[in-house]
Amino acid sequence: MEHNIIIAGFGGQGILFLGKVIAGAALIQDKNVSWLPSYGPEMRGGTANCSVCISDQEIGDPLVTKPDILIVMNRPSFDKFIGSASKNSVVLVDSSLIDKKAERQDIQDFYVPASQLANENGLSKLGNIILLGTLAKATKMFEKEIFYEAIEQAVPSSRQQLVKTNKQAFEIGYDFIA
Amino acid sequence: MSKKFLMKGNEVIAEAAIRSGCTMFFGYPITPQTEVAAYMSKRLPEIGGVYLQAESEVSAINMVLGAASAGRRVMTSSSSPGISLKSEGISYIAASDLPCVIINVQRAGPGLGGIQPSQADYFQATKGLGHGDFHLMVFAPSSVQEIADLIKTAFDLSDKYRVPSLILADGIMGQMMEPVSFSEEESTDQPDKGWATSGHDNKRAPNIVNSLYLTPDELEKTVIERYQRYDVIAQNEVLFEKYLTEDADIIVVAYGASSRISKSVINTAREKGIKVGILRPITLWPFPTQAIKELCKTAKSFLCVEMSMGQMVEDVRLAVEGVRPVSFYGRTGGNTPRPEDILHKIEQLNEEEK
Repeated sequence: MEHNIIIAGFGGQGILFLGKVIAGAALIQDKNVSWLPSYGPEMRGGTANCSVCISDQEIGDPLVTKPDILIVMNRPSFDKFIGSASKNSVVLVDSSLIDKKAERQDIQDFYVPASQLANENGLSKLGNIILLGTLAKATKMFEKEIFYEAIEQAVPSSRQQLVKTNKQAFEIGYDFIA
Repeated sequence: MSKKFLMKGNEVIAEAAIRSGCTMFFGYPITPQTEVAAYMSKRLPEIGGVYLQAESEVSAINMVLGAASAGRRVMTSSSSPGISLKSEGISYIAASDLPCVIINVQRAGPGLGGIQPSQADYFQATKGLGHGDFHLMVFAPSSVQEIADLIKTAFDLSDKYRVPSLILADGIMGQMMEPVSFSEEESTDQPDKGWATSGHDNKRAPNIVNSLYLTPDELEKTVIERYQRYDVIAQNEVLFEKYLTEDADIIVVAYGASSRISKSVINTAREKGIKVGILRPITLWPFPTQAIKELCKTAKSFLCVEMSMGQMVEDVRLAVEGVRPVSFYGRTGGNTPRPEDILHKIEQLNEEEK
């Protein structure tokens, strides 16, 4: 197994958290994994992204430049990264925030109105986890239970009530595609 | 096997230090190492230690000097411009034969530079982190797990030789999360510090920690004795990793973040039939000079990969002594070498050798 993932959007959308959950799931499955956030002035300007590498082999470069999984939650991130997604990559787009489609035939792209679905279901700010649910279904990278365990570990112990809502969000995303 | 955690390099620096018996931390915030101080500020009070955010780097390093004089395991952490500010105090610490651990999570320079990862402080770390004749032991981890392992080594060897240790990391190593497990054994075996200024209770003569010698002969003798200790360190404490070097025509030499990027390229190049291997220095001082020299017997050329304009490459050339050509590939300013560019350079070298 090898995945090179970029997750990108605005600060506050849970971009880095989503990366941690995926990395945590990989660790539960005893994979090699690295998580590298963007850090610096661009975060104050509003955008955040992180690279997650998952592999059976030792991980060399933790900075992903040609993702085979791309999750984007705002238009600047879509514009910045859509061209870098590798051939046959899985691309997840929060279509409630990005009014554009990838003009590429060589990728598997999914348009999920994640932020809107989150708000409609009283799960505001959980658009990121809705996209995780869709990712789990689209890629079958890990079983649902593994992601649940990773969510339980990633949510701080003082805020365990959020585990339930995170799982609800995951289910919505999971059921969004056939 | 002990449990694995997903942790940031910076947090692991702090956690591993506490597990190595570090009870005091003095620092001043700077990107990209601030999480070290943040973690210490939470954990040290819980174990009865001292966390103190000083008013400046200069102040922090002198607090380290004080705590080390009193025989405590002590650490400070900063990033490139902050380390420059600490350099006067580091020279004093080395000149006073005090053990401590200093962390440099390198960012791009010179000057205020940038905040993205860099390896451009190699010269500073290995040749001149302050005025006068002295060395630090310099450790360069290339994974979050290795950070955990080397912090303990850095403390133990610093106590053993009474020479300060420097962990030379970079923004990638500090910010990245990877799985890490900590050794179960408690590290409380610290050598007796009979020299420490920890109070004599009128039961012994007072200890004095000092770096001022106004008589040249006396100072020369002190420095020469210290250099004899450096010789012992150079004999016994060199650490490096070799990967696929036995039959390699080309040897890549790289450390820290650039070594792990290079290592993945080695595998790609091997798949293309190019005989290439990597030597990764883990200690930058003492430098694995002998190991590189020995590779001259089998390798045709060397390639040094760094996140700088070329600093460690000079030590590689000194080790090779002109017997083999040494090329360089580097990125600077906060950029990291791209795997495809390293591969291209290796392919070029391979063509030239045919």
